[in-house]
Amino acid sequence: MDEIQKSLLKEVAELDALPVGAYNIRANGQSAGRNSTANIDIVPKEDKPGIDIIIKPGTKNESVHIPVVLSQAGLKELVYNDFIIGEDCDVTIIAGCGIHSCGGQDSEHSGIHSFHVGKNAKVRYVEKHYGEGEGREKRVMNPETIVFLDEGASMEMEMTQISGIDDTLRKTTATLLEESSLVIKEKVMTTGKQNAVSDFKADLNGDNCSCNLISRTVAKDESTQHFKSVLNGNAKCAGHSECDSIIMDNAKVLASPQLLASNVDAALIHEAAIGKIAGEQLIKLMTLGLSESEAEEQIVNGFLK
Amino acid sequence: MLELINIGFRTEEGKEILKSVNLKIEDRFVAITGPNGSGKSTLAKIIAGIYQPTDGQILFNGKDITNMSISERAKLGISFAFQQPVRFKGLKVKDILSIASGGEKNINECCNLLSEVGLCARDYIDRDLDQSLSGGEMKRIEIATLLARNTELNIFDEPEAGIDLWSFQNLIRVFEKMNEKTNGNIIIISHQERILNIADKIIYLKNGTVDRYEDKDSILPTLLAEPSSACKVLTDKMED
Repeated sequence: MDEIQKSLLKEVAELDALPVGAYNIRANGQSAGRNSTANIDIVPKEDKPGIDIIIKPGTKNESVHIPVVLSQAGLKELVYNDFIIGEDCDVTIIAGCGIHSCGGQDSEHSGIHSFHVGKNAKVRYVEKHYGEGEGREKRVMNPETIVFLDEGASMEMEMTQISGIDDTLRKTTATLLEESSLVIKEKVMTTGKQNAVSDFKADLNGDNCSCNLISRTVAKDESTQHFKSVLNGNAKCAGHSECDSIIMDNAKVLASPQLLASNVDAALIHEAAIGKIAGEQLIKLMTLGLSESEAEEQIVNGFLK
Repeated sequence: MLELINIGFRTEEGKEILKSVNLKIEDRFVAITGPNGSGKSTLAKIIAGIYQPTDGQILFNGKDITNMSISERAKLGISFAFQQPVRFKGLKVKDILSIASGGEKNINECCNLLSEVGLCARDYIDRDLDQSLSGGEMKRIEIATLLARNTELNIFDEPEAGIDLWSFQNLIRVFEKMNEKTNGNIIIISHQERILNIADKIIYLKNGTVDRYEDKDSILPTLLAEPSSACKVLTDKMED
């Protein structure tokens, strides 16, 4: 891997060297390293680009890293990654994609991740998207995530896109069975003329399942954001979604949450707030000696932390 | 040393809140009191730079700070504790103490500051400064940020408001200790006799002007004896 790819890898997966445990590193559309372990098997797909990650039932305290980096101008790829997580597992999956563009051509990475989380398994999923490059070419990412949670399974997803992605459609669909739980924390910042769309849908099909979606975004300059969420309560379940956005400059933010209850015991809540940075927050930090722009930076960084 | 010369303040709607306020604050510990609506908070905010006076001049150690921004005054050594502390989504107690002191604070340093206001650093430094903290907790953290800043002029806007569970005596102790340690001035806006009682001087504001500005011992007994302007029904009930 070259220096640019290494620095992207550090940005998206906080990796300085090869990770411990199972990993698959994809650089410019090729495999740049792969390691399976006794409990975690990574198998390349034969019919299309992508990999199957098969985690044996009962695997505890192990991690899988599957970062993707693109530094070749004009590369457009669509990758399928399927995770099959056995019963009673407790694992962490670290994904992420970094694009460095400099060749005047648009770069695009679209990944379709599907998770089948077995009974009573526990998964933490961390995904970071990052782009860099000075030119006017576009960096595009369209991640699609499909989650199936079997009985008693739980999954916590942290998805972050702080800078450098010009256009993104982030689509997440989830199906939850009895006693399962899903927590999604999404953090997005858009600047310049960037556009980000988050499209989220969860079917809460099992009794006592719960879904909590927390989205925090900051829209600066001329950028646009659209947050869509649909929670379908089809059983005795608890669904909560919350989108909280700071709007600055000439940005536009649209929040369109939907709740559909088809069961009398479905408890669904949505909270949405869009607003500029509160003046009193700026004043408070200025009384502590920060300038107005330093105060603004502190507030935005804290909000997305 | 703080000097206010002919300070006036009108709201955008033209309502006069302060008129011809002339004050020289040289003593270590000065309390500002007066009826609701007399302009106390406005005056404090004018000193901190949050409001710009419509008339007059403010001197701090002889320097004209009238047109300085909030940040510039903060850097010169003026601190302000809000009556209603501001909440933040995403900033933690540790973050605000670090910003206040101008550098990253470790747990021991946070412990020194928070224990002064009766909070255990271990339980609090990673708490968000949001709705999860009670009004009283926010208030104590607000006082701790001023201790962290350790500046020459400290202004507190009704520090006792919302301090319910923590004993009032501890709050008094914080100010007494601050008074012993600081080389500068403390200005406290308060309605509380026990706070007024530890001040060197008391300013009594009424209808936007300085009605009295005297040594605590001469002003306090007369203030406490002053008849209430409330109606008879209310005063009778209060006496019951």
